[in-house]
Amino acid sequence: MKDGSTDFIRVECASLYYGGGDDGVLALKDTNLTIARGEFAAVVGPSGCGKSTLLKLVSGLNRASTGKVVVDEADVRKPLKIVGMAFQNPALLPWRTTLENLLLPLQVAEPHRQQFRRERGRYVEQARALLAKVGLAGAEDRFPWQLSGGMLQRASLCRALIHDPQILLLDEPFGALDAFTREELWDILQQLWQDQHFTVLLVTHDLAEAVYLADTVHVFSNRPGRVVHRRAIDLPRPRNSDMRFSTVFVDHVHELRAQIRREREVI
Amino acid sequence: MKWRRALFTASPWITTIGFFLLWEIGCRAFNVATFVLPTPSDAFKALVDNWSGIWPNARHTMFTTLIGFGIAVVFGVVLGVAVGASALLYRSLNPLLVGFNSIPKVAVVPILVLWFGIGTAPAIITAFLVAFFPISVNVAAGIATTEPELEDVLRSLGASKLDILYRVGLPRSLPYFFASLKVAITLAFVGSVISETVAANEGIGYLMLTASSTFRVPLVFASLFVIAAMGILMYAVAAAFERRHTKWATRGLDQYGTG
Repeated sequence: MKDGSTDFIRVECASLYYGGGDDGVLALKDTNLTIARGEFAAVVGPSGCGKSTLLKLVSGLNRASTGKVVVDEADVRKPLKIVGMAFQNPALLPWRTTLENLLLPLQVAEPHRQQFRRERGRYVEQARALLAKVGLAGAEDRFPWQLSGGMLQRASLCRALIHDPQILLLDEPFGALDAFTREELWDILQQLWQDQHFTVLLVTHDLAEAVYLADTVHVFSNRPGRVVHRRAIDLPRPRNSDMRFSTVFVDHVHELRAQIRREREVI
Repeated sequence: MKWRRALFTASPWITTIGFFLLWEIGCRAFNVATFVLPTPSDAFKALVDNWSGIWPNARHTMFTTLIGFGIAVVFGVVLGVAVGASALLYRSLNPLLVGFNSIPKVAVVPILVLWFGIGTAPAIITAFLVAFFPISVNVAAGIATTEPELEDVLRSLGASKLDILYRVGLPRSLPYFFASLKVAITLAFVGSVISETVAANEGIGYLMLTASSTFRVPLVFASLFVIAAMGILMYAVAAAFERRHTKWATRGLDQYGTG
């Protein structure tokens, strides 16, 4: 936690049913979770436990069936405009170049869309700077199908951040990448987060990823998901790949793994 | 490699000419009567001899087909966008659309004649009726398959349904749309010619009907050639449009020379 101020994101006793009636699926049950402003939080758990559902609740794309989600002291009732999102599927528009893909949020989100035509030059500069920061300088005018998986994911991260969101929601963004690329992207993400001070909620099934990046790791139970364990990761920043083999780091991962195994046994 | 490339380029000509050669040789070898199956050379001769009669009819058919096709494009796109963007509309209209498309359009022509009389109108409408369906199905598919992740990203930015349609759905459906044009334009010819053979006093279909009723079979085949040629021409135009506007979707094909 960076400044230790009051909770920025609060999920209070939230449950979510998909579908209605008796055949509806209970995806989340009485989930409680708090994240401070500027904190890097990770959620881990068995697959299909409702982790992604949690992101939808926090972003306001879905509303909780019971309980509530509070962001910045206000109930979340509709999609929040202060979030950026990135998924395992980079989902860039294939007919746009990397640069044009980055401009998409600015063409859609208020207040940028009003001034997009007038300020296009400034926005383009902003996008180029962000791309350069993640090592994509030179790829601005290439199309998504000309980029590698790691480059696509970098571009997807940039698209999530171009409008300067206060919250970054990540749903297994590095899940489909090879190990080397993944570790590279961990460092890029850590760097971006340290520079720009947004709040992150990262959903992942990679425990090492969670420990490497997060201040706090929340362990989810089997479906219907809820948080069963919360673990503060007190490793110093910036973290680097050497730390991954330190005893402290490995202990954290082991503990988390044991927690999840316990969850999987209780069905 | 140079050889393979030349073969690749020439292959459509080789197969087409080969087809006509086989036909010609087969007819001559088995001594097939002209009123059963004329040789292609007979048909071409009839084409040249009767050109002054064929040309106005061909022009008329082209005209009817293009008008019907034009209406089909407008209507098909509007319907496709509506159905693709709204799950409710899709669900409610689907049985009607599929049912309607299953009706052989030749069965509809008499009704159209009843309403509009013999002539150009039934041909235009038949061309339209046959051609709009593939267009709307394709456009709807393109829009409906927008990645859910992308929709989440945009919705969380405060995008309206219309924003998502405009920024993602429509550009995404363009390759589907252009692909469907190629199908629709050839279907439109089928529609207009069918109608002309049933109820018209002009057009290639009408010409074929009169020619076959007087056993001028080479002229019938000459008319078929004309229809095929017009179909190929319009298909090529649609394909050229497709290549120009959706480079991003066909990038892999460039190296194989899709010309």
